[in-house]
Amino acid sequence: MKICVTAEGDNLDSTVDPRFGRCQYFIVVDSDTLEFEAIQNPNRETMGGAGIQSSQLIAGKQAKAVLSGNIGPNAFQTLQAAGVEIITGVSGTVKEAIEQYKEGKLESTQGPSVNSKFGMPE
Amino acid sequence: MIISVASGKGGTGKTLVSTSLALSMENNVQLLDCDVEEPNAHIFIKAEIKNKYPAFIPIPQIDKEKCNFCGKCAEVCVYNAIAVLKQDVLVFKELCHGCGACSFLCPQKAIREINKEIGVVNKGNFKAIEFIEGKLNIGEAMAPPLIRQVKEHINAEKTVIIDAPPGTSCPVIVSITETDFCLLVTEPTPFGLNDLILSVEVMRKLKIPFGVIINRCDLGDEETQKYCTKENIPILMNIPFKKEIAIAYSKGTPLVEAFPEYKNKFMDLLNKIKVIKRSEWEKSIISQ
Repeated sequence: MKICVTAEGDNLDSTVDPRFGRCQYFIVVDSDTLEFEAIQNPNRETMGGAGIQSSQLIAGKQAKAVLSGNIGPNAFQTLQAAGVEIITGVSGTVKEAIEQYKEGKLESTQGPSVNSKFGMPE
Repeated sequence: MIISVASGKGGTGKTLVSTSLALSMENNVQLLDCDVEEPNAHIFIKAEIKNKYPAFIPIPQIDKEKCNFCGKCAEVCVYNAIAVLKQDVLVFKELCHGCGACSFLCPQKAIREINKEIGVVNKGNFKAIEFIEGKLNIGEAMAPPLIRQVKEHINAEKTVIIDAPPGTSCPVIVSITETDFCLLVTEPTPFGLNDLILSVEVMRKLKIPFGVIINRCDLGDEETQKYCTKENIPILMNIPFKKEIAIAYSKGTPLVEAFPEYKNKFMDLLNKIKVIKRSEWEKSIISQ
């Protein structure tokens, strides 16, 4: 099964990026084989709608779950409509996050964890 | 002639200048309050509002029977207001600017537009002034479409004065576009100068002739004046920092009513603008 983890770098040892829509990289990982694709996020500096764009990107990659630090309202709505499981409050490395997910230690998020514009660069 | 009144920094005196200029003229004048997020010219121009025009923007509505989820609409939306998923399309109304690109370009003709009310355009008269203002609904983020609808009421046969919002972003650009001259109101402080420099860049980019008014001119430092001299920018008026002006203003009394001698100063200002426009016109004739 494909899982997407937001990351600050481009590999499994990278730190989980606390932002979803404007994270540095999306690491789309096959949870069984740990094969992964690192996608540099094209929406990092978009003016608005980063969460919506990123959600479409992830849904298009057939990811079944997203693991991140936080998620905003528009991304939440889009991912939910796409049937992607959303998990927030994740930290550590990408590899650790996937292990925790596989062990069933992470719970789905029932609503957005931050407001719009949370991940805007300062 | 259409004159816009703008400033990089807020609170420098745009409304003071625009209302005073309008009130100094005897006839054939329009005042447009384009600061639709917090219009305040009506405090000084006590116009009786005779017409209210609700303002709308067109928002896409997707016919999911016709839609084949090709994603074209999301692709062309520069505001990222549409998400196309495998079997669903989401429209984020609060991000939509109502540009119409999605419905125009939908290959399936699956998008129709529905009106969403964003505010109101009020129109009335006060003395010789035809007064028009836009009021954006609370919580609404899209000022530019409403500003455009305010500007549709421009009567180019009159002298038109536009009170613009502060700053240098989209609402300002929409307000000052296609105006013949822009008055940049500033104050002689480091903040005022910093934001004036940003505004000057905008003016030069948009090729709008402009001049500067220094409000509270006896405060701060000499840097604003030095900058204008160096950049060859005309300082068209200086308004002193006077407690009496502030008191009158805070009571909603227009400057030219509290201090009638300012009427002549504002008429002089208008003449200076005309002279600048005239010399530019002559230059353009010669260069042809």
